[in-house]
Amino acid sequence: MALAAFSWQELAQQVVSGLASGGIYASLALALVLIYRATRVINFAQGELATLTTFVAWSLTNHGLNKWVAFPLTLLIAFAGGVALERVVIRPVERAPVLTVVMLTIGLLIGLNGLTAWIWGGETRSFPSLFSTGTVDVGGVAVSYADIGVIGVTLGAVGLISLFFRFTKLGLGMRAVAANPETSPLVGIRVGWMLALGWGLAATLGALSGILVAPTVFLEPNMMQAILLYAFAAAILGGLESPLGAVVGGLLLGVILNLAGRYVPEVGGESRLAVALAVILIVLTIRPSGLFGRTVGRRV
Amino acid sequence: MRLAWGLRVAAVAAAGLSLAILPFLVGDYRAFELGRMGIFFIAILGLNLLTGYTGQVSIGHGAFMAVGGYTSAILATRCGVPDYLTIPLGGLTAGLAGLLFGIPALRLRGLYLALATFGVAVAMPSIAKHDRLEGLTKGTTGINLPELHSGTWLYGVTWAIAAALFLLAFAIVNSRLGRAFRALRDSEVAASSMGVNPAAYKVAAFGISSFYAGVAGSLYALSNAYVNPDVYFVSLSLFLLIGAVIGGLGSLTGVIAGAAFVQFVPPNASSILDAVSPFAVDSRAPGVPSVILGAALVLVVLLAPTGAGGLLRRISAPLMGRLYTRPGGG
Repeated sequence: MALAAFSWQELAQQVVSGLASGGIYASLALALVLIYRATRVINFAQGELATLTTFVAWSLTNHGLNKWVAFPLTLLIAFAGGVALERVVIRPVERAPVLTVVMLTIGLLIGLNGLTAWIWGGETRSFPSLFSTGTVDVGGVAVSYADIGVIGVTLGAVGLISLFFRFTKLGLGMRAVAANPETSPLVGIRVGWMLALGWGLAATLGALSGILVAPTVFLEPNMMQAILLYAFAAAILGGLESPLGAVVGGLLLGVILNLAGRYVPEVGGESRLAVALAVILIVLTIRPSGLFGRTVGRRV
Repeated sequence: MRLAWGLRVAAVAAAGLSLAILPFLVGDYRAFELGRMGIFFIAILGLNLLTGYTGQVSIGHGAFMAVGGYTSAILATRCGVPDYLTIPLGGLTAGLAGLLFGIPALRLRGLYLALATFGVAVAMPSIAKHDRLEGLTKGTTGINLPELHSGTWLYGVTWAIAAALFLLAFAIVNSRLGRAFRALRDSEVAASSMGVNPAAYKVAAFGISSFYAGVAGSLYALSNAYVNPDVYFVSLSLFLLIGAVIGGLGSLTGVIAGAAFVQFVPPNASSILDAVSPFAVDSRAPGVPSVILGAALVLVVLLAPTGAGGLLRRISAPLMGRLYTRPGGG
């Protein structure tokens, strides 16, 4: 049945919309990777932080602020929130075992989820899209403005971040801390603040993914739960170490999920979550370092 | 030494006796709540064997509870097995599922395992709802069990099983198996150079721990008299982990505090908030229980990382020391 209706145009459409949702997973995955590289910690609260900041954006636009003002303002608030969170909650356990910090982020996951429901209530809200509706014809394939916009914004954000890491002194400092936290203070880098900056950047990327995804999944306190699982899958697919891997992994996962949802009759709606779980398990079993990660030996 | 043992036995006997008459004193609904606490006690005990003693974090034990619960429901409705007999079978099925999941999980250390089990927790409801399994699980509607038991029944059955499983956990922890678990937790490389096979012991820990979760899940299904994908909600796995941390990872006696926390704090979250908050806040709003749970977990991790078990040890160590050492001795 599904095969009878096959057309190349539709395949191309599915790939493009897969890339668009993949872009959203990529930005959250990149947020996870930034924190992982710097501190070897997976931030389980990354999704809830994104939800909270997206609600802030909703409140700002709801109070009459233009979305082109409200959304950048939200990104700034998210950045400040991320930095504050690192300084207040994560800092005291900086030298604790990784699993302690992970427990802490799980506490934040539950607490922030509750806080969002507490402030804004549990109901589902619609969220303004950044882009106008409608489609544009690209070589016989109808592509929606929203898809192009989401892909453009995520690639732009990723580009800006890689320029920041490559060409600024601050970015160099952050890379130094990620590579060697013990010796970077010797050359005058303030490790603590670099880590806080990393949390800020990650929160900003998370807020971006929340703002991009909210128009399609609608705004509610558990909005990012599934997206977080997709971001985990994307980050693992690309290799937790590699920012480029997170982006490629995100885009690839978006396409995989979309094509599986369209052409595999078993997969649809919620069972995409099971596909993401399968991706995680398969990658971890066959190639734990992911597509772009390097395998490192263990020392005693 | 002999005196101390006598005291211990007397204390355990007194505690057992008072626990046995407790449900008749507090009424059926309280007995039900205490029974539910016993279910959490069993699940957290299992999680503690895995996370506290073997050092493998699972954020997906709610899913193994679901396996146990669905097994019970399917056996009781389809095969007409009396529901209390399905409890061990629920445990065994979940244990088997745990063994199977433990094999790919072998390659996953620490964080990666946490990620994979989180995936299991998030994906479980959608797997239970999937069309292919709908004949078995009845999709979103779920399955009604034939009988709803009284609170006193639940209390008795749950705590009898809990006591047996506690003794089993105690025996495991103090055996060769338990020493191997702890050696793996402290240093996998060192443990394997001492002849501990990491793969076998880690899979074993996963299986045992899932067995506990499955038994708890069966009892959970029996306590509700129905199962559906939302009964074993995603946060259930997180609740169990919170219980394990608050009870103290690597402490068996602390588990009781963790179970009490998970059972009694969320429903009473608004009165707790009213009591601790200096401002007048809307404490009945949705999300308040999660805020309290999350804040409790963060505070315990920051201020008392050894949990209730650690605190207990710190308080009791000097007392016990005095009890056990002979006057004039060292």
